[in-house]
Amino acid sequence: MSTQHLTCIRCPKGCQITVELEGTEVVSVTGNGCRRGDEYARKEVTNPTRTVTTVVPVEGSPVARMVSVKTAADVPKSKVLDVVRALAGVRTTAPVHIGDVVLADVCGTGVDVVATKNV
Amino acid sequence: MPSTATIQTLERDIVVVGGGSAGLAAAISARDAGCESVLVLEREPQLGGILNQCIHNGFGLHAFKEELTGPEYAARYISQARERQIEHMLRTTVLDIADDLTVTAVSAERGVFRIRAKAVVLAMGCRECPRGALDICGTRPAGVYTAGTAQRLVNIDGLMPGREVVILGSGDIGLIMARRLTLEGAHVACVAELMPYSGGLKRNIVQCLDDFGIPLLLSHTVVNVEGTKRVEAVTIAQVDEHLKPIPGTEVRYPCDTLLLSVGLLPENELSRQAGVRINPITRGAFVDDSLMTSVPGVFACGNVLHVHDLVDYVSEESAHAGASAARYVRQLAEGAGRGASDLVPVRVAGGIRYSVPAFVSPANMDEKITLRFRVGAVYQNRYVSLYVGDRRVQHRRKQILAPGEMQELTLRREELAGIAPADEIRLLLEEE
Repeated sequence: MSTQHLTCIRCPKGCQITVELEGTEVVSVTGNGCRRGDEYARKEVTNPTRTVTTVVPVEGSPVARMVSVKTAADVPKSKVLDVVRALAGVRTTAPVHIGDVVLADVCGTGVDVVATKNV
Repeated sequence: MPSTATIQTLERDIVVVGGGSAGLAAAISARDAGCESVLVLEREPQLGGILNQCIHNGFGLHAFKEELTGPEYAARYISQARERQIEHMLRTTVLDIADDLTVTAVSAERGVFRIRAKAVVLAMGCRECPRGALDICGTRPAGVYTAGTAQRLVNIDGLMPGREVVILGSGDIGLIMARRLTLEGAHVACVAELMPYSGGLKRNIVQCLDDFGIPLLLSHTVVNVEGTKRVEAVTIAQVDEHLKPIPGTEVRYPCDTLLLSVGLLPENELSRQAGVRINPITRGAFVDDSLMTSVPGVFACGNVLHVHDLVDYVSEESAHAGASAARYVRQLAEGAGRGASDLVPVRVAGGIRYSVPAFVSPANMDEKITLRFRVGAVYQNRYVSLYVGDRRVQHRRKQILAPGEMQELTLRREELAGIAPADEIRLLLEEE
């Protein structure tokens, strides 16, 4: 049996969670203040994921040079840097609306990168 | 400057100074409370304030029950303001607020102009502590930025401030920028924090430092900066319990960039001009439970009132300020209004540094109000207690309290029933 200590990042409270594992099987989750913490802990020890946010250049806007973007859903933590690299060289043209797909199926994750700002 | 006679003078019921998260929430709420004449003044070319450069996610968990990025969170409020056709002026800087609530502003379009207001909502936000406030030894080369300046350069202007980076201070913006610069290809050597605890949220330490293997050096500070034109290296040393550098612990980090994330200061120059009394602890206004300052008709909310960790609470607080301002204007028209005479101070003690509001009116307060406060050090297993006179009305156990995480409690009007004129409200930490 192994034990992992985590700080929950599902909300700003940052609960200190203890996960007990039998191999890769989660035996118990304690210390979480809510159900989201339990979900987070189970996922974090088996398949950690993150939302990636960055900016890409936008052309044709009088005010903005860059438009902010995010992965529309979490991607595997191990792919975070790949996602940012895949976005190097991607450009957009105004008008851009929140939710517009900037890069589809980034790095084969099945997740789109979408705009987070109206430009 | 034109003579006074030719200066355009407008009249509005409520003028909101600042079109960021606080100003937008206040304006929307003032309109929803029935005030038709609301004007938002914003110095930037777009609404949304600092949220526009906070492109990371984590906003809105409380307000919208979902995780949004800063620009998305701002867009929700911008569209609510648009739906209500709330008037705003961009690229417009407020120069002065007089105690008769005359607001003087300037823009390229209108020149200098005035607005006579019945109520003013201060929503100017805060700014960062610069190097000059820190007494760091060494040369004065280029390459020393506040974390927020670097954030603006990267996220708004698309420019990289440097390649080899050391960050002083573990405030949230510094942590966020450690990750942001790493993703953009820079190397962040470490984050040094003078105090034995981080000033930022735990989630940011996990997501922004631990994920990328960036060390957080607690009880460390920068003791020297080298370089003539550009930063060439900084030296970091450990500090003792009196925060003094310990000789022999110095480590030199070659780098081209030093980011500072050492604290935020409410931007209250205009408030002072208006004669608003400022709390030396929060560096924001002393306000009552309606979030009105010491100047009648002037309200304050958001980071200009006290620095928040979460925008969700800024929005909540600011909506209260906006509704209060609308009520004030209505009562003014009716010839009514609350007197300052019945205000009861909220005294803080036992590790609590401040409370917002600092005064409560038992006669006029809403059915329930929120007290927001911070502690001065890390405490474990303490009780947050609220006394009305000698009566303890609240007593809540907290596993952990840290200076970086704002606390709040709800005070109900009924808890103040029977309060004597000489009684105080006391908010303190107790061991049991």
